[in-house]
Amino acid sequence: MPQHELILLKNMMQPGYTGSLPDYEKTGGYQAVRNTLGKIAPADVTAIVRKSGLRGRGGAGFPTGVKWGFLPKDYQGPRYLCCNADESEPGTFKDRQLMERDPHQVLEGILLACYAIGAESAYIYIRGEMVLGSRILEHAIDEARAAGYIGKNILGTGIHADVWVHRGAGAYICGEETALLESLEGKRGLPRIKPPFPATHGLYNKPTVVNNVETLANLPHIMNRGPEWFAAIGSPPKSTGTRVFCVSGHVKRPGNYEVPMGVTVRELVYEHAGGMRSDKPMKAFIPGGASAPFLTPAHLDVKLDFEHVATAGSMLGSGGVTIMEEGTSMVWAALRLMEFFYHESCGKCSPCREGSSWLVQTLRRILAKRGRMEDLETLLDLCKNIAGRTVCAFGDAEVAPIQSTLKHWRQEYVDLIHEAEAANLIKPEPVGRH
Amino acid sequence: MTFLDKHKNDIAEILSRYPVKRSALIPLLYIAQRDQGYVSETAMKEIARLLGLTPPQVYETVTFYTMFNLKPVGKFHIQVCKSLMCALVGSDTMIGWIKTKLGIAPGESTTDGLFTLSAVECLAACGTGPMMQINEDYYERVTEDKLDRILADLRSTGTSALKSGPFMWPEPAPSEQGA
Repeated sequence: MPQHELILLKNMMQPGYTGSLPDYEKTGGYQAVRNTLGKIAPADVTAIVRKSGLRGRGGAGFPTGVKWGFLPKDYQGPRYLCCNADESEPGTFKDRQLMERDPHQVLEGILLACYAIGAESAYIYIRGEMVLGSRILEHAIDEARAAGYIGKNILGTGIHADVWVHRGAGAYICGEETALLESLEGKRGLPRIKPPFPATHGLYNKPTVVNNVETLANLPHIMNRGPEWFAAIGSPPKSTGTRVFCVSGHVKRPGNYEVPMGVTVRELVYEHAGGMRSDKPMKAFIPGGASAPFLTPAHLDVKLDFEHVATAGSMLGSGGVTIMEEGTSMVWAALRLMEFFYHESCGKCSPCREGSSWLVQTLRRILAKRGRMEDLETLLDLCKNIAGRTVCAFGDAEVAPIQSTLKHWRQEYVDLIHEAEAANLIKPEPVGRH
Repeated sequence: MTFLDKHKNDIAEILSRYPVKRSALIPLLYIAQRDQGYVSETAMKEIARLLGLTPPQVYETVTFYTMFNLKPVGKFHIQVCKSLMCALVGSDTMIGWIKTKLGIAPGESTTDGLFTLSAVECLAACGTGPMMQINEDYYERVTEDKLDRILADLRSTGTSALKSGPFMWPEPAPSEQGA
């Protein structure tokens, strides 16, 4: 099966690997911390990560080393690292596996990042539902603290870094980095207006870096094997390394597959995930979580890297690849995602708060065969007035399912409305519904 | 004894993690909820006093997050993921099974106070749907037979061995192991 080398999932694929500290150390674990802390200058660690081309695995794909470089050099007060483990993007379930099966790999990445940016405190913001994951991480932190990897004076280097697990409490928006910071401060998770960016005004208004779990898990490997090695993997120069893609939906073997960036959707679905679950052909797929626009089988040979997926009209996002077979109603699928966004809109910006509710109502009406042809224009008009008009990227995300399904499967919407018209089913909306 | 006194040591440890007290709010609310099954007004007031906040500051935070219950729920809170990825592989059918077996719709509790059913949004287990969370545990790749066994286990022992352990999917096939 996989011809390529596994990096992040390698340890956990070993028979009997438990993710304990002794198991992790046996695979060369914490060597990067030993060889880096106090031996390579923090600025050089940042330079190495920048050279590796590593980009954020949470969704936006921002170059990690560049993000670190935005922290003020001369600032004397505390700095913070936040590990974004809020994994809430529908279609995504990779961070859960990385944390629950190989927690020390994530912790080692956190320590390296702390060292590079000069942070002595790191918080792992894990989504509240992942109770097991938070316990596993807390246990791993205790192990690492006892072994001298975490805490004061790490391995006698005079460097301090402490790590805590902080559970969220059920809010998708807290995966957005400034909402995460608000939530970590004990407030409602409402995204902040940027600028200022977290690099200068983050947690408690101090310089802060927020990095995704998978991003951090790559760091020990980059430090151990060098930036050139990492930069040669995948789809250089802009999409380097592997990606843990989460395949869900109508495939035979859904699950997490780590492949070099730049493999095609076809390869991922038919070679790794076992192909379609039945004899029904593929109708649609989402390449990067619920926020990424739908694509069609015509895009099966699109390379899964940041640039190619963007050129195809979608985004690589969080790596959640959802496959839908022929027979799936695209209006229904768009509504299901829209209901998610309606539920999760934080309510700060009017276009998103009100717009998501109108979009859900309009889609429900069309699906219930009570739609009118002008509803299609209403949908597009609403989308236009949400995207780009909100504080965070949620507004852009929530219109993706509707705009893309209307682009590729407009006829399905039209057919439902025609059915309504033919059967004379269109009835006025009950008064007070809006 | 207030719940703050009861969990004094845990609370002191939590407060020591943060340079700003308010950051301890969500962790303390979890303690309150574990203690009583929901977050009561009394608990919110106690937490406010401890953290130097006003009760509305606590209340506005509690109500933002879906995991805090402001009123009691059943002993077993069944939360079924209804988002698209699970819906593609049968979450609606699964909600139907639970409705039939327990006689409750989402938002309702059984009269014996044992079960509450909620339909919730994505729980990050999209490759192993349909799935549900019951209290702190995930149950994945649920079939009707598996659901029967889980409900029977919960009734008789309060827990079920069918809950998920540390997550990995797909599990490595024997031939691939060590690759």
